[in-house]
Amino acid sequence: MAYSDKVLDHYENPRNVGALDKNDDHVGTGMVGAPACGDVMKLQIRVNDDGIIEDAKFKTYGCGSAIASSSLVTEWLKGKNLDQAMTIKNSDIAEELALPPVKIHCSVLAEDAIKAAIADLKQKQAA
Amino acid sequence: MDAVYFDHNASSPLDERVLAAMMPYLASGNASSRHSFGRKAREAVDTARQQVAESLGAHPTQLVFTSGGTESDNLGLLGIGANLKPSQILVSAVEHPAVMRTAEAMRRQGWALRKVGVGAEGLVRIDDFFAALEVPTGLVSVMMANNETGVVQDIATMAELAKQRKAVFHTDAVQGLGKMPINFAELNRHGVGALSVSAHKIGGPQGAGALVFDKKLDLRAIQFGGGQEKGLRGGSENVAAIVGFGAACSILKVQQSAQHTHQLREVLEQGITELGGVIFGASAKRLSNTSFFAFPDVDGETLVVALDRAGFAVASGSACSSDSTDPSPVLLAMGVMPELAQGAVRVSLNHSNTMQEVQDFLKALNHALKKMQQLAAIAA
Amino acid sequence: MSKTPIYLDYSATTPVDKRVAEAMIPYLTEKFGNPASRSHSFGWEADDAVENAREQVAALVNADSKEIVWTSGATESNNLAIKGAANFYAASKGKHIITVMTEHKAVIDPVRELERQGFEATFLEPEPNGLVDIAKFKAALRPDTVLASVMLVNNEIGVIQDIEAIGNLCRANGTIFHVDAAQATGKVEINLEKLPVDLMSFSAHKTYGPKGIGALYVRRKPRVRLEAQMHGGGHERGFRSGTLPTHQIVGMGEAFRIAKDEMALENARIRRLRDKLLAGLSEIEEVYVNGDLKQRVPHNLNISFNYVEGESLIMAVKDIAVSSGSACTSASLEPSYVLRALGRSDELAHSSIRFSIGRYTTEEDVDYTIDLLKTKIEKLRELSPLWEMFQEGIDISKVEWAAH
Repeated sequence: MAYSDKVLDHYENPRNVGALDKNDDHVGTGMVGAPACGDVMKLQIRVNDDGIIEDAKFKTYGCGSAIASSSLVTEWLKGKNLDQAMTIKNSDIAEELALPPVKIHCSVLAEDAIKAAIADLKQKQAA
Repeated sequence: MDAVYFDHNASSPLDERVLAAMMPYLASGNASSRHSFGRKAREAVDTARQQVAESLGAHPTQLVFTSGGTESDNLGLLGIGANLKPSQILVSAVEHPAVMRTAEAMRRQGWALRKVGVGAEGLVRIDDFFAALEVPTGLVSVMMANNETGVVQDIATMAELAKQRKAVFHTDAVQGLGKMPINFAELNRHGVGALSVSAHKIGGPQGAGALVFDKKLDLRAIQFGGGQEKGLRGGSENVAAIVGFGAACSILKVQQSAQHTHQLREVLEQGITELGGVIFGASAKRLSNTSFFAFPDVDGETLVVALDRAGFAVASGSACSSDSTDPSPVLLAMGVMPELAQGAVRVSLNHSNTMQEVQDFLKALNHALKKMQQLAAIAA
Repeated sequence: MSKTPIYLDYSATTPVDKRVAEAMIPYLTEKFGNPASRSHSFGWEADDAVENAREQVAALVNADSKEIVWTSGATESNNLAIKGAANFYAASKGKHIITVMTEHKAVIDPVRELERQGFEATFLEPEPNGLVDIAKFKAALRPDTVLASVMLVNNEIGVIQDIEAIGNLCRANGTIFHVDAAQATGKVEINLEKLPVDLMSFSAHKTYGPKGIGALYVRRKPRVRLEAQMHGGGHERGFRSGTLPTHQIVGMGEAFRIAKDEMALENARIRRLRDKLLAGLSEIEEVYVNGDLKQRVPHNLNISFNYVEGESLIMAVKDIAVSSGSACTSASLEPSYVLRALGRSDELAHSSIRFSIGRYTTEEDVDYTIDLLKTKIEKLRELSPLWEMFQEGIDISKVEWAAH
């Protein structure tokens, strides 16, 4: 499997690996995928009172493309508001990382992880 | 004196450039493995695929690598036949056993085998061929050039006729490769659906061959397991041999080689005729390297053994099978009397042979014939 | 320090032994004849070499050279044995076949092909240690079982099946017994004079010989018959037509000669290295050895590293050449069907690595591999949400994962 330089870079030096306090009201956590499918992504965002994402962390169980996709979105998410975050599309991720067709599902999973994290945050804040 | 090799239709020595290309891969990784060892092997196979395809005027994706000409013929017939409703399979009466025995085996699957005869010069009788196609026919196989006589069939015309009848056309081009121009794209336009080739007849190694096929055909594997060659031929790729096949194709000089061997054969056959020999298929279009001949009342086996002692490697009939001493079925199909056919000797040349060798051969032949005639006289 | 990448994939293919290459080269150059050429010394010379190699192959497995048929490799041997025997004996015996779920694809795929042709196949599930339960095999035998095919050594997990017991059951039932021994030559003793085996497949390139050549053992007493699968000039007594690739055959003969002469010493050395590798990797938490450790060739170690994903693991250890699953299936992302047949979860099947050790593996190679795995597994687990959950005491098997 030939990986693009960008995938390799994110894989070798993943950005924003780690965890945020999932019980914090300002933290949204999205966990998508399943071990049996070979990918699980956990993406966390923390928003400030202005609704801006000021931190993002991830952990990913998956192939190099899955790790790179989640690493990339943590970079993209920082500084965006939630509406802007919702506009990140899997095709953008796939294009940026030059993912081959068999790895497109990794970018889809990353987009799902963003949506799941935002949904979790909104649910918490509505409660 | 080193032995002179005149049996290139049986197997041709490896070109030293081919050996050089193969050497690094004699110890290569498994082409299906994903790590760097495997990747290098995969790239080498891909390069060879391009080289072989290019020399045949085919696209690399139209190639399946096999273990040789026999497997290619088996895959061509059984693999195409597997997805067709059994009907008539039509072959020429002079096919190589790799086609003939396979076609016979297909009877078990419900195919009706029809062999079309050849004329005295070894050419398929086109009228008979056309008539045979009146019976619904799924598959046709006619060789491009005969391994024994070198006679070249009119493949394009027969393929056009088969196309009109919607029959798939396969041709065994094992002897044609390297000795005459072959362009699969052009043959395909005439209706040729698949074509078999082999490496070791063109200065490549034994153990590699290919089937070239029209991807519109529903080809099915005959060897299963592992999914290699896009599922059409299971089994770890024979990387070194495939690399050698590619290298051999990339250095082919068909035109030059044909001109050279043609000049040699003119002299050879003139000499044979003067010695009283009969040349089979002489007036048909033939591969320019091949001469198949016999001397009345001279036993072929005895003659080739005498020639071997004199330092000339030639063949008695086809070097393909067994220890059978039956007269060549190809000659019998051409209507040659069994007694004469029994005496058949084949000389097959390549670019490395020289005029001096041909002249020396004629002397040795003359000598051997005289000696045999003396012995015959004593015995009488 | 070892030169990277370190080759630990000897079960996929082995490098050609120098002595083998040296034996082959004359048959690529001056001795290039077609062994079927009966009319000159080039042909006779090639034929002599082919027959000498046949003796060498037969000697390693204690068979008669007349029982050895050359093929293009173990895949063809398996195809010929399975389709050839099933088709030949179907009319007299029946159309039921027994094989095992963990067989190589070169056995499974021909059996599947026979199913399409109207045969019925039983794919036995092995025990969790990878071994076939003899009682279960016996229970699967039927009066119409025409053929059974069980491999001697598994390519992924290296376990050794009890061929003798299975063969005896087949004999008693009048069932033809085929054994794929591609992974076994030079690793375990094979004595075909004693073993109740009718057909056995061999490959050269798993035993330091060249690719593109293999052999099928076809028993003569009692005689086993086959329907040929490759039709043509009637080579190999009609079992397999096609020009014999002399240089490759010579290479296989020499490779098997070396295996016979050196296997005892070599296997002891390889066992030491494997045990060292196992001890080193066992220091990592949450690792699972796949397949029985006792009834196993010394060359193989197959381990699952829990909570890391297989492909990223292979990427992380690119300085060593290993397989995750069999080389023939690693282009697909499916978890190994062999490990799944053992009852391993998808996750553990995904995160398995097969280390296969061979003639040129050194102690330094093993040390390097242990260090590399320790470092990389730690790094990947730091990245793994599953490892985090495991550390928190969450039972991952109880988590309801969103559909994906």
